[in-house]
Amino acid sequence: MPTEREVAAELVSQIEKTTRRIGRPIALMEVCGTHTVELRKKAIHSLLPAEISLISGPGCPVCVTPAGYVDNALLLAESGRAIIATFGDMLKVPGASGRALSSLSGRGLVKVVYSPSELTDFARQSALPVVFLAVGFETTIPTVVSALREALNAGVENLLLYTAFKTVPPALQFLLSNPDHGIDGFILPGHVSVIIGEKAYGFLTADGGRPGVITGFESLDMLAGILMLVRQIEKGQRRVENAYSRAVKQEGNPRALAVMERSLEPRNDVWRGLGVIPGAALGLRPELAAYDAEKSFSLPPARDAEAPGCICSRVIAGKALPPQCALFGKRCTPDDPVGPCMVSSEGTCAAYFRYGARR
Amino acid sequence: MKIEKILEGKKALVSQGTVSVKVDVSLLENPQPGDHVIVHAGFAIETLSLAEAEERLELFRRMAELTGDA
Repeated sequence: MPTEREVAAELVSQIEKTTRRIGRPIALMEVCGTHTVELRKKAIHSLLPAEISLISGPGCPVCVTPAGYVDNALLLAESGRAIIATFGDMLKVPGASGRALSSLSGRGLVKVVYSPSELTDFARQSALPVVFLAVGFETTIPTVVSALREALNAGVENLLLYTAFKTVPPALQFLLSNPDHGIDGFILPGHVSVIIGEKAYGFLTADGGRPGVITGFESLDMLAGILMLVRQIEKGQRRVENAYSRAVKQEGNPRALAVMERSLEPRNDVWRGLGVIPGAALGLRPELAAYDAEKSFSLPPARDAEAPGCICSRVIAGKALPPQCALFGKRCTPDDPVGPCMVSSEGTCAAYFRYGARR
Repeated sequence: MKIEKILEGKKALVSQGTVSVKVDVSLLENPQPGDHVIVHAGFAIETLSLAEAEERLELFRRMAELTGDA
């Protein structure tokens, strides 16, 4: 049995040889925020030939949520009409006003949860409606919807969702619709793909598509994914391959997909930095309108806005790298972030700050 | 993480090393003790194929050998 190190060396060597034969710069987009972090934490980027550049995609859920969403949540919490419940990573995200939910700490207006499964008990004990900030991609969405269904089954009627659910495939299609996208291939997300399966990426094989490889998060997974991509690029192919088959199936997770289908429908929402992407968001179906915070509290549409000097929206769109921002590492750090790309642990700026830029 | 015990209400006790936590397993088809699962936000979202996980090194090595050098 070969060791991990031996296999890694072989993969790197083959990536180098293939890249040399291709003979031009190659831009690979890692779609998922966890890949953005793991590629840099494990220094995979430093093992790759200089011709390969890794571009971070719009794969950090907190980062692609527009600033106006945070402002709406702040207004709702301060109105005394509801308690806000949220995952911890939303706490420090500034709204357009510059204020974040963390500014309300100690006032009992915001409850942080680790898992949506805590929501039923919390709502049951709350005199006020509880509005969960339902931010996330396909990995998180079924967990939140399951929690809402669990609450309803338990007769708990005061749990509502403020949905900012986003879906990955339409966002990738949107990126590819820009003729100047410059992307040669996609390192496709591991855990989003666990839910949606290989079948969700069929559009990548059509005209104008690009090679895609579903990739896990260990060093060997990521090197194997990159090798599979450069091999496709060399051969001029555009196929969807799966380097994470121990977790991702062709059909995804049918139970999770059914949970989503039963309660949610596609809608058009703003992605920070990208604007409105057709069908790349999910909202509650009309029959669940009573549990839709946006409708129940007549919240205005969440607008996009950016703090002065922040280039997060261009980083999300793959058009700029964090070190190109004048605020990066100076005015803007993980301890005192200006924009969401530095707030979230999965944000591109936070990953660059913690683990350094390339080399 | 590994399922140690199936609990009431579509929950299970899962462990990794010395840490064990209760997670929701309602998104899995037929969870069984001994299954290795991926946990996200307190929910098990998929069962890992242990056979493929064990063969991972070998798979990647064979892949590296399938060179396009020829």
